[in-house]
Amino acid sequence: MSGRSTDTPGSDRFTIAVFGGVYNNYLALEAVLEDAQARGAVSKYCLGDMGGFGPHPDRVFPLLRDHGVRCVQGNYDHSIGHGLDDCACGYTDPRDNHFAQISYEYTRANTSPENCEWLRALPPELRLSLAGRRVLLAHGSPRRVNEFLWESTTPDPFIERLLAEHDADLVLVTHTGIHWSRQLPDGRGVINVGAIGRPANDGSTAVWYCLLHVDPSTKDLVHELVSVAYDHERLAAEMRAEGLPEEFVETINTGWWTTCLEILPAKERHRSRY
Amino acid sequence: MHLHAQQSHPPAPLLTLNALDTLWLQVTGTLCNLACRHCFISCGPKNDNHPFMSVSQVAEAISGARAKGVRDYYFTGGEPFMHPDIFRLIDIALDAGPLTILTNGILIGADEAARCREIFDSSRHSFDLRVSLDGTSAAANDPIRGGGSFEKIMAGIRALADAGLNPVLTVTEVDEATPESREKFRTLLAAAGLQRPRMKFLAPFRIGREERRGRSYERFERLAEGDLIEGEEELLQCASSRMVTAKGWYPCPILIEESGARMGGTLEDATRAIRLDHPACYTCHVEGVSCRT
Ligand code: SF4
Ligand code: SF4
Ligand SMILES: [Fe+2]
Repeated sequence: MSGRSTDTPGSDRFTIAVFGGVYNNYLALEAVLEDAQARGAVSKYCLGDMGGFGPHPDRVFPLLRDHGVRCVQGNYDHSIGHGLDDCACGYTDPRDNHFAQISYEYTRANTSPENCEWLRALPPELRLSLAGRRVLLAHGSPRRVNEFLWESTTPDPFIERLLAEHDADLVLVTHTGIHWSRQLPDGRGVINVGAIGRPANDGSTAVWYCLLHVDPSTKDLVHELVSVAYDHERLAAEMRAEGLPEEFVETINTGWWTTCLEILPAKERHRSRY
Repeated sequence: MHLHAQQSHPPAPLLTLNALDTLWLQVTGTLCNLACRHCFISCGPKNDNHPFMSVSQVAEAISGARAKGVRDYYFTGGEPFMHPDIFRLIDIALDAGPLTILTNGILIGADEAARCREIFDSSRHSFDLRVSLDGTSAAANDPIRGGGSFEKIMAGIRALADAGLNPVLTVTEVDEATPESREKFRTLLAAAGLQRPRMKFLAPFRIGREERRGRSYERFERLAEGDLIEGEEELLQCASSRMVTAKGWYPCPILIEESGARMGGTLEDATRAIRLDHPACYTCHVEGVSCRT
């Protein structure tokens, strides 16, 4: 699958929603789809990592399909789709790996063969043309599914290189779980849409996604990162009922990450509780 | 001991530079205030084989790297904080991208730590410090890193912790690692004021002084064409990084004292492919070593 198909919404008055990192959180997914609908999103895109962390993996797929969400394949989707032994997140801390493996095995055991097949077939990237800008939707970075693009470790010259090498004016990614965006002086840039399956390690239980639309006066593309509250208490209760790690439940309930902190750069780590 | 007995070996794999993501700068060359027994480049107070880089050398290397879209920068040595202009060098690097400094921490007192904290807060890019230590007590550490070094290193770590910084502790695992030995480091860091410890364990390289300390490489421990497994090319740090010292450009920090490893005097010279014909390349291959945080 080339993933190079180009989508062009018909008019220049539109809003599209882009989110990623669903991590089995079907309740947050429902809330985000509803929020995007209310804000007038005409199309919706998901940048991958449907599984992991949360309960009842099979519940996100009907939602994605029924709402016509166009999806990109994340590293987790690739691993689950192909029945690999682990999520390929590449943690090195034994504690992180321990917890990651629990949710990976839970997700693999509870994802139907049809949904695995659907995950396998997802494209690695999608391309859109919006307001004259070449927009590239990817999972980690345009060049690698599991590359982390963090705000504090993605300098402008590196962004310029990624954009030039991948023929894009704007790149949207997920994979890190923390949202941020950077616009270069010429208007090109990168948006990490964050994750909707897990809070952004900021002490709030809300989750984040991105809206893109055309500014009526400048006719250029503008974006907005928005947070959405959902029934996180219900999710926490379901996670407990499924026997998922209490460490993960704590994250859902407090908004602070309790595992996988090792992947955070110094600056992002400094802002975290653990 | 023949490090380069290639005549009896098939050709080593050739590795092209995928993209220059990481620039290593040996800002203080091979000059160090310690002379650790496992130091893979035999640094010490008297080893000026690679001298300090000048501010303009550093600025020039970084501006070239910036033009190539480099993602991150590392300062190493020797001991980077021996450089009289270290804080200027830090500013230059952080203006271009995220910076990690590999240090033994000994020269970091309250003032230096406070200065680092200020820089940490004001920079848009991540500024990280990695302090290396080899044991959780003077008795374990000092035979490797030198008499009195444990206390001095811990003082540096405490100064950083007091300033509210959280350095990564790197441990070169000279002996076999166990979960218990790793837990001891965690306890030590907590006692120094680091409640959220960040640790990285590295495999030792058997070259430089380490070759004399431990066992040296066996002759079969050499890579040949076809040895690299699928996807490994991307993981080797020399596929995406280069090293610059006052004397020029090298494939990686590990090889700067090895004859024949110098690639030239400019960044352009350093972008060509390299042959992985050194025994240390075998360690990279087996241990999957990457020096990144
Ligand atoms: S290992 Fe580090 S601290 Fe020790 S001598 Fe070498 S450069 Fe200096
Ligand atoms: S020692 Fe390792 S990093 Fe250096 S050139 Fe050899 S394989 Fe690459
Ligand atoms: Fe991911």
